[in-house]
Amino acid sequence: MAATGERVLEVRDLVKHFPLTQGIVFKRQIGQIKAVDGVSFDLHRGETLGVVGESGCGKSTLAKVLMALERPTSGSVKINGVDMAAAKGGALKRMRRNVQMVMQDPYTSLNPRMTVGDIIGEPYEIHPDVAPRGDRRRKVQELLEVVGLNPDHINRYPHQFSGGQRQRIGIARGLALQPEIIICDEPVSALDVSIQAQVINLLERLQNEFNLAYIFIAHDLSVVRHISDRVAVMYLGKLVELGKDTEIYDKPAHPYTQALLSAVPVPDPEGREQRERIILQGDPPSPANPPSGCRFRTRCWKAQEICAKEEPLLEIRAGTAHESACHFAESQDIVHA
Amino acid sequence: MSDIRPAGPLDPETQQSEALDQVAPATVPDTAQPGVPPSAQPKTKKKDGKPASLWTDAWYDLRRRPLFIGSAIMIFILVVMAIFPQLFTSVNPYDAATCQLIDARTPPSAGHLFGQDNQGCDVFAKTIYGARVSIMVGVTTMIVTALFGGLLGLIAGFRSGATDVILSRTTEIFFAIPLILGALLILVIFGRGNVWTVMLALSVLAWPMTFRIMRASVITAKNQDYVMAARALGAGAGRIMFRHILPNALAPVIVIAMINLGGFIAAEAALSYLGVGIQSPEISWGLMIADARDRFLEAWHPLIFPSIFLSITVLAFIMLGDAVRDALDPKLR
Repeated sequence: MAATGERVLEVRDLVKHFPLTQGIVFKRQIGQIKAVDGVSFDLHRGETLGVVGESGCGKSTLAKVLMALERPTSGSVKINGVDMAAAKGGALKRMRRNVQMVMQDPYTSLNPRMTVGDIIGEPYEIHPDVAPRGDRRRKVQELLEVVGLNPDHINRYPHQFSGGQRQRIGIARGLALQPEIIICDEPVSALDVSIQAQVINLLERLQNEFNLAYIFIAHDLSVVRHISDRVAVMYLGKLVELGKDTEIYDKPAHPYTQALLSAVPVPDPEGREQRERIILQGDPPSPANPPSGCRFRTRCWKAQEICAKEEPLLEIRAGTAHESACHFAESQDIVHA
Repeated sequence: MSDIRPAGPLDPETQQSEALDQVAPATVPDTAQPGVPPSAQPKTKKKDGKPASLWTDAWYDLRRRPLFIGSAIMIFILVVMAIFPQLFTSVNPYDAATCQLIDARTPPSAGHLFGQDNQGCDVFAKTIYGARVSIMVGVTTMIVTALFGGLLGLIAGFRSGATDVILSRTTEIFFAIPLILGALLILVIFGRGNVWTVMLALSVLAWPMTFRIMRASVITAKNQDYVMAARALGAGAGRIMFRHILPNALAPVIVIAMINLGGFIAAEAALSYLGVGIQSPEISWGLMIADARDRFLEAWHPLIFPSIFLSITVLAFIMLGDAVRDALDPKLR
């Protein structure tokens, strides 16, 4: 999983605000939900970027904007140097070939009225120039084999498969157009733990085979650590920390990351009672009215006056080797302490 | 294999076997057991191992429901009756010569199974010939309302926004008019009613029912993940509407259309009874009931027999709709 290769995805100052409206006939905008508010990162060929954060921090909105399912309010999403956020019509359709998605719930992401062959073959019908008509059935069977399903099951319907098998079908659909980037929006959180491992292993094998770049969104920190080369931590629409998986897990610098890591359950009963837990006070603030300055300051034990006045930028700070957005960033080993 | 890979330096075969080796231990509990024939696996009920879609499952389920079998046989007989009434009776009630005024209101006998009516015509023959109008009005109105209401419902549910607001408010105006009262008004405007004006009056007023059902189920289907997946693949609006949304939104519309069909037949009879629907010399059950009502105490048979046929027909279609609804609802399986 070496993260060497050219940049395939370049996200700059990505912003997605959803308007809050009032009234039925004459809608008035009374505010906006700042779901994603200035996110920048790069993704290299063959690399996995894990995105973690609690519910409502904007992870799934980020995925939708990257898939061009939602138009960003501002900012750019460049794929191989071309801005997808500004593309329209045929150009956008062609760009979609390069970015595909694996969805969270394998029970709702497959059309129950279509056979597996139709589901996996649909990308070829939408993009007919990828595969000639006579070739498609064979290609679909190859894809089934690649994801570890029986190619003879091409005429079956989704309800005849288990959750793990359905997720494999979803992955096969994502692979059909030979994309360079696959966005996995919590691909294993709806599955049993034993099946999770199979799907993760499959994703890793496919990455090595086809040199795919993943954006892996999840809230399970151990799964993210297992698959990711780099990890981005999100809080209230912003990235608060970005670095290699080992840096984030062993030397977290941002207080929020530290608190997240201290919540990871330890399977070993020996000594876990003595482990220091950082328990955050309160709930995340509303994304419609985020706090001034640092967004985490309302729940942070390190907060000072400067945190309310000045927004900390995501940059490499003294004493740490990776980017973090905290005025008082300080490496601290939480997991092994 | 090789063409799915952006750059495949290795021989496709070796890599494929590698890939299979890697995945084999992981997939054993996950994939369907290869030793078990498809027919033995759950949910694949058909013996020949063909895939079970919603409709094949529903058909399998329906064939085992007495309610469905009973109503289907009834409907089959009624449809044959409507198309070929001469198979059931040698008497042509449209021929005035078959009516003997002197035998008016004769009770049922061997020669006239259902007796004779006020004009001395054979009630059995008239009842058989009356099926045609009922079935024609019911089926045509059902098809017109399902197509028109369904199409508008699909557009309103899919487009949402201003299109939805305009269509939904328009529908509500029609929805506020009671079916029989509204049809009565329309038919009075037309003057002499016939099969076509009755169909028109009922269709104009009944499409909002299908519209609402279709709109609601399209909105449900539209927000499913598989629609988002299709959009992510770059599918156009037409493909999303007709490949993904419509097949998943259709079942409740079909059920409501079948149940409505019985209602349309009853409405036709009611309008004919009230004197604004089918007019004599045309034959319709509602008209027969209206003709017989004044002399009911002297002669019950010209009223009771068409009433029984009417009730059975309406019931058969409603029961069929019920059976189909149960068969299409996976939660009841």
